Amino acid sequence: MSDASAAQPQLRVLLAKLGLDGHDRGLKVVARILRDAGMEVIYLGLRQTTDSIVAAAEQEDADVIGLSMHNAGHMTLAPAMVKAVETAELDTPVVVGGIVPVQDVEPLLAAGVAAVIGPGTSAEQVAQTIRDAVASAQAD
Amino acid sequence: MARRTAPVDELYAEARAGSRRALGRLLTIVERGGPNADQVSEMAHPHAGRAHIVGITGAPGSGKSTLVGELVAKLVRTGRRPAVLAVDPSSPLTGGAILGDRIRMDEAVTPATESPAIATSLRSGGSADSPTVATSQRPFIRSMATRGHSGGLALAVPLAVRLFDAVGYDPVIIETVGVGQVEVDVVGAADTAVVVMTPGMGDAVQANKAGLLEVADVFVVNKADRPGAADVRRDLELMLDLSHMTGQESPTGYRPPIVMASALNGDGMTEVWACVEKHLAHLDETGERAVRRRHRIRTEVRARLAEAMSAVAEQAMDTTQADVLRRAEAADLSPNQAANELLAHLLREDDPKDNT
Repeated sequence: MSDASAAQPQLRVLLAKLGLDGHDRGLKVVARILRDAGMEVIYLGLRQTTDSIVAAAEQEDADVIGLSMHNAGHMTLAPAMVKAVETAELDTPVVVGGIVPVQDVEPLLAAGVAAVIGPGTSAEQVAQTIRDAVASAQAD
Repeated sequence: MARRTAPVDELYAEARAGSRRALGRLLTIVERGGPNADQVSEMAHPHAGRAHIVGITGAPGSGKSTLVGELVAKLVRTGRRPAVLAVDPSSPLTGGAILGDRIRMDEAVTPATESPAIATSLRSGGSADSPTVATSQRPFIRSMATRGHSGGLALAVPLAVRLFDAVGYDPVIIETVGVGQVEVDVVGAADTAVVVMTPGMGDAVQANKAGLLEVADVFVVNKADRPGAADVRRDLELMLDLSHMTGQESPTGYRPPIVMASALNGDGMTEVWACVEKHLAHLDETGERAVRRRHRIRTEVRARLAEAMSAVAEQAMDTTQADVLRRAEAADLSPNQAANELLAHLLREDDPKDNT
């Protein structure tokens, strides 16, 4: 097809909130940022589970999963998500955004989270972090 | 790119054996087009042709996704294997898209609030399959962005539908916003086209503008619990009453039913699907289903031909007859004359007899 996407495949990003956490304003902002950066955002929204996210990632063939966490559950939920992705034999990287204390960032990365995006990150940095996460996952 | 990408034939075999991951990959290949997509098409072709293809369209916010979610949840419970292709527009400026259809569908398919076990597992972030919906029985829902070029959509949608059909999904439901000729064509080429209307969106004259009314086999007046729903129904009935005057009535005597529904409350869903099945039975009885299939094939062949021709046109703009373009740019030639000269040149090139 005579389309620029043939050279640069369009990124498909799955965005979700995992578990009981109703703070979705931030995720909606991120969805808009990524769309305006030219990505296709599959928006799952609130109250997702690791299973529902894995099921959607398979069906949508997502390049990356973005989790928004504002309920202090990230140390339990983010590693559970990484594990669920591995169990399903997917190679989809998991990026976490939201309120994550600095001392938790290293342990999350050690648990297999591809990147952590905190408050104050610019729109450009958000998009670049997503691109980098996909690029390094696909280079593995 | 080192992403684990098995060859198309392996992915296809896995998808036929039930792998959702493989099917997801194949759909990406289909969306990107090109030789790999053509290979998918060739492999799926002999296995397709069984599924009931249902197009669902309507204005943004009319409740299509909620309706589709309710329908597929129902179908899964009765042992069917539905697949959904949810088409949403890409931004013409950035090429990005927010695909938000499955959020409504998943709500219907896995009703999180109904089961205390699910609430518990939500807290731990763990497994939350509803006891009634095992993962393998979930409908397959795929979101597709229009990616700015209608030609791509016209190729990708029929191919994705054929792929779903070939790996055993039935029915295959295509959901599109009812704007744009290609979207209308895609739904119009289905076995059964469902058009969703709502009160408060202007009268039937507005719907007439969108060109949707002629393609409808089943009308759904959604949000029928809201004021104005009866007016929508009356306008539609009147419009259908007038069809015989302009020769638009179906030659088989079929009159599209109008179903009052409220997808959010689950009201009218049984009747909607009953009407869809009744329409299919009508198609089979009258032989109309074969007619539609032929029409669908013609539409797809034409789209493929147009795509190939448009690639040739692009090439002609880039390489041949640069001076014709220069003269047009300098306004020595009208755009019309320039196009005619280029066309004449292309046709000469294609005909070996005239090649000197």
